[in-house]
Amino acid sequence: MSLNSPYLRKPTSVTRVMAEVLLALIPAVAVYAWFFGVGILVQIALATVAAIAFEAGFLKLRGRPIGRSLADLSAVVTAWLIALAFPSIGPWWLVVAGTAFAIVVAKHLYGGLGQNPFNPAMVAYAVMIVAFPALMSQWPGAGRLDASAQLDLIFGGARAVDAITAATPLDALRTGLRAEGSSVNALLQGEGFGLFAGHGWEWIAFAFLIGGLYLLARRIITWHIPVAYLGSLAALATIASIAAPQSYPGPVFSLFSGAAMLGAFFILTDPVSGATTPRGKLIYAAGAALITWIIRHFGAFPDGVAFATLLMNLCVPLIDMKTQPPVFGHKTKN
Amino acid sequence: MLRKLFKFNGGVKPATNKADSTREPIKAVPLPAQLIVPLHQHVGGTPHPLVAPGDVVLKGQRIGAADGNVSSAVHAPTSGRVVAVEPRVMAHTSGLTTLSVVIEPDGEDRWIDCEPISLRAMGADEVRDELRDAGVVGLGGAVFPSHLKLKPAKGGTDTLVINGAECEPFITCDDLLMRERADQIVRGAEIMQQLLQARRVLIGIEDNKPEAVAAMQQAVSARGAGTMEVVAIPTRYPAGGAKQLIRVLTGIEVPHGRRSTDYGVQCFNTGTAYAIADVVDRGRPLVSRIVTVAGNVERPGNYEVLFGTPMDHVAALAGVKPGTDRFIMGGPMMGFRMPAYDVPVVKATNCILVGSPELFPAPAPEMACIRCGECARACPADLQPFELYWHSRAKNFGKAQEYHLFDCIECGCCAYVCPSHIPLVDYYRFSKSEIWARERQKDAADVARDRFEFRNERIEREKREKAEKLAAKTAAGRAAVSTPATDTAAAATPVTGSDSAEDSKKALIAAAMARAKAQREAIAPQNTEALTPDQQAQVTEADARRAALAPADGDAAAQPTEQSAR
Repeated sequence: MSLNSPYLRKPTSVTRVMAEVLLALIPAVAVYAWFFGVGILVQIALATVAAIAFEAGFLKLRGRPIGRSLADLSAVVTAWLIALAFPSIGPWWLVVAGTAFAIVVAKHLYGGLGQNPFNPAMVAYAVMIVAFPALMSQWPGAGRLDASAQLDLIFGGARAVDAITAATPLDALRTGLRAEGSSVNALLQGEGFGLFAGHGWEWIAFAFLIGGLYLLARRIITWHIPVAYLGSLAALATIASIAAPQSYPGPVFSLFSGAAMLGAFFILTDPVSGATTPRGKLIYAAGAALITWIIRHFGAFPDGVAFATLLMNLCVPLIDMKTQPPVFGHKTKN
Repeated sequence: MLRKLFKFNGGVKPATNKADSTREPIKAVPLPAQLIVPLHQHVGGTPHPLVAPGDVVLKGQRIGAADGNVSSAVHAPTSGRVVAVEPRVMAHTSGLTTLSVVIEPDGEDRWIDCEPISLRAMGADEVRDELRDAGVVGLGGAVFPSHLKLKPAKGGTDTLVINGAECEPFITCDDLLMRERADQIVRGAEIMQQLLQARRVLIGIEDNKPEAVAAMQQAVSARGAGTMEVVAIPTRYPAGGAKQLIRVLTGIEVPHGRRSTDYGVQCFNTGTAYAIADVVDRGRPLVSRIVTVAGNVERPGNYEVLFGTPMDHVAALAGVKPGTDRFIMGGPMMGFRMPAYDVPVVKATNCILVGSPELFPAPAPEMACIRCGECARACPADLQPFELYWHSRAKNFGKAQEYHLFDCIECGCCAYVCPSHIPLVDYYRFSKSEIWARERQKDAADVARDRFEFRNERIEREKREKAEKLAAKTAAGRAAVSTPATDTAAAATPVTGSDSAEDSKKALIAAAMARAKAQREAIAPQNTEALTPDQQAQVTEADARRAALAPADGDAAAQPTEQSAR
C-alpha cells in the first residue's frame, strides 16, 4: 500500500530465472543418460536432495525464511551442476559431500544467495578432486556399464577401477601424448573418441550448447561470456594446433571436450560470482579460457574449467571496477 | 521524410494500457463545490497571495503573483468568491500542506477581459514576463516555469523539441490533446520557435499514437510550418524523458548537470505549447489542463480540469470501481501516491491513476540480489543499478556517488525488471535524500563555523578597539594631569615601542594610578576639627609617609605621558 513507484512489475522472479536454467540443462542430462546410463540421474537426485536438505538446515540456522528461499531454486541449480561436473559413477557420499561443501561453505558461510564470491559448484568440484583425486577421476565409458552396475558403484559396490571406467577423452589424450611417437590424430582414432571429440561426450557438449542457446534466446544470459570463452578457447587451440599439430588437438575437439560447453553457458555465466559489466564479462571469460587451456594441456587435472572459474572469480571485483561502462551523457564530450 | 533516429540504451516495454482512455474525446468537468488552488505549483519561489477571504474573483484573475523571476503566477480557475487563504494538503506524496486559495464558484465561470499579446509589438523579454504572469509552466510533469526556458541560448538554439512521446503507461492526455487540438499546439510551437529563434522544430511522438502523429502532421502542413517536423519514434519507456527524447531525435546525449541548451536544444511538452498559444492568441492565462483518469475506473478518459478541482470529483466522473485503495498522480512508473483522495488537481497533474490491489499488486517479497544484470540492461542512463543498490544498502554513499547515483532519473526501469523484486528506486531515493541531508548538515556546519569564526574575530576586534580607545583616552587624561617633573622624566626616557599591548597595559596601570593619586590629592581630610592629639599624630604620620611615596608615583606616571606626548 505505502509502496512507491514503479507500481508495475515485470512478471519475473529469481525462481523463474533458475527454472529456465534447469530447463536448459535437461537436453544435456537426457543425452548423458542415453549414452552413459542412469548413473547421472541418480547423482542428480542425490545432489538435489542433499542441496535442499543443507539449504533448509542452514536457512533455519541463520533464521532466514526457509520456504521462500528454497523456492528460489538456486540450490537445485547448484546441485544439478555438481552432479553434471562429478563422475556419474562416483560413490553416493562423494556427490553429497560435494553438495554439502558447496551449500554450506561456498554459499551460506559467505552470506547466502547473491553473496558468494566463488561459484559453489566449482568450489565443490575443486575441493573434492583435491581430496579424492582417484574417485573423482573415475568416469564411465559410453555404454560400458548397465544400470545395476552403476547403482552398485554408486551405492557401495566393489570398485574394480580399471575394468569399469574409462578415462575422459581429455585425460586419454594427454596421457596418450606422453607416450612416445604418438600423435593427436592417431589417438583420436582410438577407442573412446567419437566423431569430433570424446565418444558420447561430444553429444552431451552439443546438448549443453543447445541449452545455452536457449538461455541466450530467453535473455537469461548475455552473449558476452559464452562467445568470449569459446572464442578464446578455440583461438588458443587453433594457434597451438597449427604450431604443433602432433601435440595439440584442434578447436572443435577443444570446444566439445570436457566441461567447455557446460562452463561457457552454465558455470561462468553464474551472475553472482561472475563479472557483470559487458567488457568485464569478455575479459573474465577470455581469462578463464586461457587458464582452462593451460590446465588441460600442462596441468595435472583432467579438466581446467573449475579452477579457471575459481581463479577468475577472484579477479571479478577488480575487473568489474575497471570496466564500468560509461554513463549516459558521459560517453562523448559533445 | 525518413529521419535518422538515434537510440538510447535500456528502457522497458510495459503494457501501455492506453486504448481504454482514448476512446472518447476530452470531456469537461462540472464545477466542484470548492476549488483549492495551491499558490505553489511549480519549481521556484512561492507566489504571494493577491486576494483575501471575501474577495470576489473572475476566471483568469491573478490570485498569486510570481515571487521573483524563477516563479510563476497563479490564477483563479473560475469566477467566484474567495472563502479562505490557508494551508491545505497538497498534491504531493508527503501529505504536507501548502498555502492555498479556496474559491467557491459562483457558477457563471466569467472570464476577465482577455487581451491577446502582439508578438510584433512586444519585445521578447516582455513576452516572457507575460508568460510568467500567465502562469505557464512545463506541463510534462516537471512544472519548470516556461518563460525561463524561452531565452535563446548563447550559442543560439538549433532545435526546439516538442515532447509528445508520452511514454508512461495509462496516460493519454497529450495524445488526446494532439488529436483534438493539434493546430493550437503547432501554433504554440511556432511562438516558442520565434522566441528561441530556433532553426527547426522536431515534434517527437511515440509510434503507438498514429492518430496523434497524423493530426500533428496535418496541422504542421496546414500551417505551412516548413521548419517543423513530426517524428514518430519507437515506443519504449522512458522515451518521453527529455534527455532520452533529445537523444533519439538529435543524437545528443545531454550529461547530468548540464542543460540541453548548452547543446542548442530546448524541449517542451505539447501541453505547454498549447498553453502558450492560449496566452498569446487569446490572452488567457493557464487555469486548466487535460488530465487522464485511468486505472480502476469504469470509463477511463480524459478531462479538461480546472486547477484546484479535487481529484475525487474528477475521478467520480469516470466511475471509481470498488476496491480502490489509492490515487496515484502520474503514471505507474514514476507517479506518486496521493495522501488523500480530495487533493486538488495542479499544473503537474497529467493523470489521476486510480489504483487497486488487483491492478497494482504489492510486489513479491524482496529477495537477494543475484547480480543478474537485468537492471543494468534496462537502465536508460547506462548505470549499474545493482552496484548502486549494494552501496546504498551499505550506506556507502560516497561509493554510490562514484557510481553516478545522481545520474539516475528514477524512471523505475530497474525495479520493473528486477527478478528479486528489489525496490531499487527506493534505495536510490533514500541515498539521495541522505546525501542531501548530509550536504545540508555540512552546509549548516559550515555556516555555523563561519559564524563562530566571525564572532571570535569580532570579539577580538572589539577588544582591540576598546583597548586602543582606552589607551588614547588615558593618554589624553595623563597629558592633562602630567606635571613638569614628569615632563623632564619624559625627556630622559628613551622613546620605546608604541602601541603594543604591553605598552597599553602599562598605560592603563599608570593611568589608574594617576587617577588614584589625583583622587587622593583631591580628597580633603574630613572631620579634622575635633581630633584628639593621638589622632592628630596619626594623621601627621600618614601625611609624612605619603609625602615620602610621592616621588615614586611621579616616576611611574611619567612614562605614558611621554608616549602620548609623542
